[in-house]
Amino acid sequence: MREVYLDYSATTPVKQEVVSEMIPYYTEAFGNPSSLYGPGLKAKEGLTQARQQVADLIGAKENEIFFTSCGTEADNWVLEGVADQLRDKGNHIITTKIEHHAIIHTCMYLQKYHGIEVTYLDVDEEGFVSPEDLEAAITDKTILVSIMMINNEIGTLEPIKELAAVAKKHGVLFHTDAVQALGNVPIDVKDLDVDFLSMSAHKIYGPKGIGALYKRKGIMLPNFVHGGAQENRKRAGTENTAGIVGFGKAAELARTGLAEHMAHSRQMRQYLWDQIQDKIEDVRLNGPADFDRRHPGNLNVSFRYIEGESIMLMLDGGGICVSTGSACSSGSLDISHVLAAINVPMTIINGTVRFTVGDFTTKEDIDYTVEVLQKVVDTLRKLSPITGKEGW
Amino acid sequence: MALYNDTVMDHFMNPHNVGEIENPSGKGIYGSPVCGDMMQVTIDVDENDVITDAKFKTFGCGSAIASSSMATDMIIGMTVEEALDVSNKKIVEELGGLPAVKIHCSVLAEHAIKNAIYDYAQKSGKTYAALEGYNPTEDSEEDDHHDIPAEE
Repeated sequence: MREVYLDYSATTPVKQEVVSEMIPYYTEAFGNPSSLYGPGLKAKEGLTQARQQVADLIGAKENEIFFTSCGTEADNWVLEGVADQLRDKGNHIITTKIEHHAIIHTCMYLQKYHGIEVTYLDVDEEGFVSPEDLEAAITDKTILVSIMMINNEIGTLEPIKELAAVAKKHGVLFHTDAVQALGNVPIDVKDLDVDFLSMSAHKIYGPKGIGALYKRKGIMLPNFVHGGAQENRKRAGTENTAGIVGFGKAAELARTGLAEHMAHSRQMRQYLWDQIQDKIEDVRLNGPADFDRRHPGNLNVSFRYIEGESIMLMLDGGGICVSTGSACSSGSLDISHVLAAINVPMTIINGTVRFTVGDFTTKEDIDYTVEVLQKVVDTLRKLSPITGKEGW
Repeated sequence: MALYNDTVMDHFMNPHNVGEIENPSGKGIYGSPVCGDMMQVTIDVDENDVITDAKFKTFGCGSAIASSSMATDMIIGMTVEEALDVSNKKIVEELGGLPAVKIHCSVLAEHAIKNAIYDYAQKSGKTYAALEGYNPTEDSEEDDHHDIPAEE
């Protein structure tokens, strides 16, 4: 059976060049990078090179990059660290209603255990945060603004430069969770003028279990993981050397191939959307209608009268991998907070599917997907007690 | 490991008793698309109070559709009294189990069947002990697993 992977925002396959780069760090340069003999020093060299490669991808200096176990750890680190560091200045954090759970659940933790007050900004119907809303929410107690660069469900590319400028004008630190943006849009931390930026390797054809935090030079941030002197004494724990080296290689490939990656993703995504609109009735696009203002590979569609997990399962039966915003697939029966925040009608919110294309997606993959999708939607609509006659 | 066992997947991919009976003896609907699942059941009942046919249409996830298929299989050939005794627990047992978070999906089928029988009882003027005090719409509105806010 043909297999088509259309869930690149969940994770990506690791590119062969990346794997090849990593292997020697398991077998030959396996030493502890803190050890001062051959295999240790070799491992250390790998870290140094990778740090530069990741820095280059976002226009940072290598001493501004700190490796973590994942993007979520980087998010946790910034939020909790700033809350503790600036507790005498204030106790107010501003974020949005559409952040990843790595941010939202950390904010909820800080509200419960650190006495932090959090403002969750509304977004418009395409998921955009307004700089005016941000400015209006800032008080003399505000210590941090955290707004994601690209939303993971609906692909909205937030105006980070404008938002960061608002925070700066009021002397407030600015963090952006760039896990979905990294390697998918150009990022220059100096131009964006952000203080912190979270990253992850496994969304850019690198390995899982490795992320990084960009921290602007000179900004104070208490440690989050305590212990040894790794990562310039900022993040303890023996380094995941092979993972870091893989992240570095993936970052280099992402930087040199960015234009091609973006063009290919956009072309495939557009073709997918054109085909869906052409072949399937009663669909609704969620997220920005202007495709230049969303993740280059993201397409989020609601199929009326049917339910997302059923669509996902039947597509899986055809070898096609997608994800769904349906409450019934969430494991917790909670509806997608992102789709709710952009006011997707409650009657169709459970019929939402996210497709994300990537470097290995072909036109044939899309043709096959739409062919199967058409049958799946047709089958499920015949099974459904709901039709267009009922008013929606 | 797959999300569902083979029996559940088979009933989901190739559901039995799909459709709608014309001029049924009873018709029941339970749930709503806002809740994430909705099921319609139509039944035919003969003069001996035996359910001779049942058909369903369901909006919902894999376990909702599989439960609908299994539940309608189970009640065909049963007397109305017996069908009223088909609990969501029995449906789950027949399916060989559902993931814990999906158990509620089988409640959908139990309620929709009960509503269809309630409709039949109303139309035929019959009374059943299991339906005493039963309100077909009450649970639908206050189901604890469907506590999703209409607006946020």
